[in-house]
Amino acid sequence: MTEAPAELPVTEPPVIQLSGAGYTYPGPPPVQALKPTNLIIRRGEHVAIMGPSGSGKSTLLNLLGLLDRPTEGRLEIDGIDLGRASERDRAAVRARHIGFVFQSFHLLPHRSAVENVMLAQVYADRPRRRRYAEAMFALGGVGLAHRAHALPTELSGGERQRVAIARALVNRPSLLLCDEPTGNLDTASTEELTDLLGLLHQQGATLVVITHNPAVAARAERLIRIQDGRLSDLQEDPAVHAGDRDGGSHALSGG
Amino acid sequence: MRSRAASHRATNRRSRTVKTPSRFRLADLASEALAGLLQRPGRSALTVLGTIAGIGGFVAIVALSQTAAGQIGKDFNVQDATQVTVTDTGARGGSTNPTMDFPMDADALVDRIHGVLAAGVWWQSSGHGAVSALPPSVGGRQVGLPVTAASPGALIASGAQLAAGVLFNQFHEATAQNVAVLGKSAAAQLGISSVVNEPAIFIGGQPFTVVGILANDPRLPQLNLGVTVPESTALHLWGPPVSYFPAQMLIHTRLGAAQVVARQAAVALRPDDPKLLTAAAPVNAAQLKKSVTASLNTVFLALAGVALMIGAVGIANTTLVAVLERSSEIGLRRALGARPRHIAVQFLAESTALGLFGGLVGACVGVLVALGVTISEHWTALLDARIVFAAPAAGAVIGLLAGLYPALRASAIEPADALRR
Repeated sequence: MTEAPAELPVTEPPVIQLSGAGYTYPGPPPVQALKPTNLIIRRGEHVAIMGPSGSGKSTLLNLLGLLDRPTEGRLEIDGIDLGRASERDRAAVRARHIGFVFQSFHLLPHRSAVENVMLAQVYADRPRRRRYAEAMFALGGVGLAHRAHALPTELSGGERQRVAIARALVNRPSLLLCDEPTGNLDTASTEELTDLLGLLHQQGATLVVITHNPAVAARAERLIRIQDGRLSDLQEDPAVHAGDRDGGSHALSGG
Repeated sequence: MRSRAASHRATNRRSRTVKTPSRFRLADLASEALAGLLQRPGRSALTVLGTIAGIGGFVAIVALSQTAAGQIGKDFNVQDATQVTVTDTGARGGSTNPTMDFPMDADALVDRIHGVLAAGVWWQSSGHGAVSALPPSVGGRQVGLPVTAASPGALIASGAQLAAGVLFNQFHEATAQNVAVLGKSAAAQLGISSVVNEPAIFIGGQPFTVVGILANDPRLPQLNLGVTVPESTALHLWGPPVSYFPAQMLIHTRLGAAQVVARQAAVALRPDDPKLLTAAAPVNAAQLKKSVTASLNTVFLALAGVALMIGAVGIANTTLVAVLERSSEIGLRRALGARPRHIAVQFLAESTALGLFGGLVGACVGVLVALGVTISEHWTALLDARIVFAAPAAGAVIGLLAGLYPALRASAIEPADALRR
């Protein structure tokens, strides 16, 4: 933005910053699915979020992916306050700053791999004539350039998920948000995909992976557990807890 | 609450805003809508059947009623539209007594009506004898020719054209002269081709001077076949017309005046008892067109309207099903940055395209149906080109309206819920 270059390392905002953000399903009775939470995820981090069903994983994912709004607290992505922002702004951030990878792939069945990747470029308003080349480049990045014109039904589960990752990456988002990315994959494909995620991390991507699979979580450099709507960082850092002064809110910070 | 660094960051962060919203370009909208429809081509085709039937029905009906109206217009020539016939009802004389309810000055009375160009009384005379070119006493060949009594005005009103000589006139009429005008074929039968020598003919032994020979008579073609004598002469010699062939008056009017003249003629002729006469004008062409169009329209337009409504409901239903089926796609698009309005406009575009397609095919079908009927009836096809171009537009509007509710439903789908499936 307008900061002086010398300040950049300090002022570059975290990719994700939750400040007392929580989510309560309106009742009756109201259910506090996510207790007020502080969480900072910085650029280049590889974070795994683990927790049993009903722990609030999906709620957290929906908040981070801007698919739901926090009922309290503050949510910022790349320094943009988005908890109460208009749907116009939230959609724009989803298009350009966040890449989604889903458990069930969510590829359009009647479109080829490259066409599925190009769908992400529509709403991000990439110039039409550049889309194909960019999509092919993204497919190349996940090692699927040779299957670019195959329909999802002609692809294996692992290949489909790699197409989905190419789609998530094609707009160069600041955050790759993966929801159980290996949930529908066999062991071999899971390993392949975890390797791919590791590679992406090495290339500088910011990854948040929600997973049940300990093997997938083990590849992350930071592991967050979620239980009953409460987050706990497994790489405990006392300095972070020193900042937790505002009452009941549960503080987590990365770094 | 916050460290200084954090609050410093927060200050900077506040300046960050979203610069460009996510977009959904027109070209993308078009290709996405088309892709959506072509995903299930069979269903899309079936869906537009109702619209095709409705729009096709409308176009066919409008085309046919225009063609039929044009057909009526063609059948109505100017000659018919400027002619009024007044008939003696014969009510006074009963069925046996010969009567003559037209006054002797009938031509003059009707001539006064505004819009009348010429008028005259005529009837098929009876009780006269056979016609011959030579006196029966010297053995002239008797020919059974019809004899018509006509006032000079009737000959003018009938548009009689002469091959030779002149028509008899008011003088002959007023003084009941024994003069005759021969029809073309009658003259040939009697061996008379010229009136230079004032040839005579004999009707029932009475001598008549031939003053003219007709070439053609468009309104009273029967005059071509026989002999025409002045009205007063016929009355004097053979009495009034018989009930099975009552006297008639032929009125030639200005274009468009026939209806008005017909309403006034009976009163003008017999103000004492107008019921003795009945006047008939040709049915007004414009009225007939209207009534034909109306009777076609009311029944078939209602049917086409029902078909169109079924078509609209079909589109609405299919689009709604597509919305429900594709809710995970909607969730995905939202996750990829689509705004609710982008989703709505995509489904609206799909339903509008369905309607437009239905309208296009329907217009073609309608024109073909109308052409088929027209050809089989040997009519001349008539169709307002604007209808053909309006039909696809109407289809598109119907599709748009049908898509409103499904599009609203689609845009209200919560992406988080839709993606969980």
